[in-house]
Amino acid sequence: MATSEQTIGRSDTRGNGINLVLWAILLLFLLTAPAYIYTVFAMQLLCFALFACAFNLLLGFTGLLSFGHAAFFGAGAYLAGHAIKVWGLPPLAGILLGTAAAAVLGYVIGWLAIRRQGIYFAMITLALAQIIYFFGLQLPFTGGENGLQGIPRGHLFGFLDLNQPLVMYYFVAAVFLIGFLIIYRTIHSPFGQVLKSIRENEPRALSLGYNVTRFKLIAFIISAALSGLAGATKSVVFQFASLTDLHWQTSGEVILMTLLGGLGTIFGPVVGALTVVSLQHELSSLGSWVQVVIGAIFIVCVLVFRRGIIGELARLLKTSSM
Amino acid sequence: MSDLILEARGLVKEFGGFAAVRGVDLSIRRGTIHALIGPNGAGKTTVFNLLTKFLAPTRGAIVFEGRDITSLKPADIANLGIVRSFQISAVFPHLTALENVRVALQRRLGISYQFWRSRHVLDVLHEGAMEKLASVGLADFADQPAVLLSYGRKRALEIATTLALDPTLMLLDEPTQGMGAEDVGRVTDLIKEVSAGRTILMVEHNLGVVSRLADTITVLNRGRILAEGPYETVSHDPQVMEAYMGISAEESDG
Repeated sequence: MATSEQTIGRSDTRGNGINLVLWAILLLFLLTAPAYIYTVFAMQLLCFALFACAFNLLLGFTGLLSFGHAAFFGAGAYLAGHAIKVWGLPPLAGILLGTAAAAVLGYVIGWLAIRRQGIYFAMITLALAQIIYFFGLQLPFTGGENGLQGIPRGHLFGFLDLNQPLVMYYFVAAVFLIGFLIIYRTIHSPFGQVLKSIRENEPRALSLGYNVTRFKLIAFIISAALSGLAGATKSVVFQFASLTDLHWQTSGEVILMTLLGGLGTIFGPVVGALTVVSLQHELSSLGSWVQVVIGAIFIVCVLVFRRGIIGELARLLKTSSM
Repeated sequence: MSDLILEARGLVKEFGGFAAVRGVDLSIRRGTIHALIGPNGAGKTTVFNLLTKFLAPTRGAIVFEGRDITSLKPADIANLGIVRSFQISAVFPHLTALENVRVALQRRLGISYQFWRSRHVLDVLHEGAMEKLASVGLADFADQPAVLLSYGRKRALEIATTLALDPTLMLLDEPTQGMGAEDVGRVTDLIKEVSAGRTILMVEHNLGVVSRLADTITVLNRGRILAEGPYETVSHDPQVMEAYMGISAEESDG
C-alpha cells in the first residue's frame, strides 16, 4: 500500500520542519476558526475530522478496511444523547459513556470481523453495521425515523454553559485535539510500529511472533472508541442523533474523506474531512446532486492523485509522514 | 539436551481428497543444516508450512526440544525459538531497513501493546539493530526503505530480521530463489556464517547451494521421503537420480 511514509533518511529533518508547520496551522486553525467560519460548521468539521482520523488509524496504519464505521459513530451519538437527555447525565459524562459504548461495540464487531481478511472483513463490518442501523430504527429509545431530538447541551463541569456558541466550539476543539493526539501517539508508539508491520506484511509479522489478531483487535477498538467520541460530540453539538449517523453512506463518506485527504498520513483525514464537509455545505443547494459532484471528485482523486491531497503534497516535498 | 532439536512423526496432510504429504518422518539434529529437496509438487513447501504451523497436519506429530508443538499457532512457535522465512522475500517494504530489524528486536522488550508510549522508547534497540544490519552487510542502508533495496539485499535484510529474534531453529524457504549467480553466492555465504550455533532447515532448489551447505539432505517425492543422508550418498541414489536428477537444476526452479 503506497503511503507517504516512504522516506529517505536525509530528508527527515526537512520532514520534521514541514510537520511542525502543519501542526502550527492546525493549532492556529483550532484557536481562531470561529473568527472566520460559522461555528456550527467548524464544529461539524472537527467531529468528522476526528471520525476520519480514527478511521485512518485502521485503514491507513493497520491495513484494515472497515465498511461499517458509521455503527460506532452512530452508537456514540445515540448513547450519549440518550444518557444526557433521559438520564440527565452532564454532557462530558454522556460523551464518555457514548465513547465507552462504541468501544464495547468495537470489541464485539472487531472480534467477529477480524477472523476474515480483505473484502470479507469489509463485508462482515458492513453487515454488522446494518444490524446496528436496524436497531437504531426499531429500538424504542432511538425515536425511529425521527431520531433522538432535543438533546440539551447543558453545562460543562457544571458551570461552563455549552449553549454559548464559543464555549461549545472550544470544547469541541479540545475533544478533537485530545482524540487527534491519542491517534498521533498510537501511530508513533511501539504498538503503532507493530501495526505498520502488520499492514506491510502480515504473515511475516506473525512469523516474528506477534499475535496479529490481538493487535488488530486493539487497533479496531481504539478506532471504534474514537469514532464513538466523534459521534457523541456531534450529537451534543447538533442536539440530535439521527439514523444518518448510522447509515452505511456515513461509512462510505469517512472512507472518501480518508482517501481524498491521504491514506496513512497524519493530517490527510483532517484535510479530507474539510474538503468533503465544505463541499456538502457549498453545494447543498444542488440537493442530491452533491453526491454526483463528490463522486466525480473521488474519481478524479483515484485517477490523478492517488495518494490523496496530503499524500501528494508529501511526495512533491519529498518528505516523510505528514 | 537431546541430539535432536525437531522431530516429525508420520506427518500427513490432505487437501480435500489429495494427499500432499503422506507419512513423512523427519529428524533434525541440533547444530546442523538440513535441506529438504525434491521435484516440483513433491510436498516440500507443504512440509515446511506444517512444521511452521502455517498449516495444521491431518495426522502426525511434531516435537520441538522434546515438546509436542503439533497444536500450537505460528506466533507461539516463534516464541519458542523457531523462526521461518518466506519464499517471496518477506520484508516490511515501507519501513526502513533499521525499522525492519527493530520490529523483530522490539518483541523482547515486552512493550509492544503499549500504544500510549512514544516510539522513542525503542531507541535503545538501535545499536543492536545496526549490529544485525552490519552482520549482513547492510549497515549503509539502515535508513533506506526496504522497498528500494535490491532483491539480494532484501533477502539479506530478511535474514538479519530473523537473526534479531536469535532463533534456535531457522527455517528458510528457498533462500536463493530468483537470484542472480552473484547474489546466490553472497546469500549462501551468509547462511553458512549465521548457521554457527544454530540449526537450519531449508527448502532449496539450487543443488549447488545444497551441496555446499547441507549436512543432511532429505529428498521428497510425491509426499514421501525418497532418500536421506549427506549429499554424496543422496546424489548417487538411483531412485533419486530417476525422480530428481533427471530434471536439471535450472529447469526446476519455481
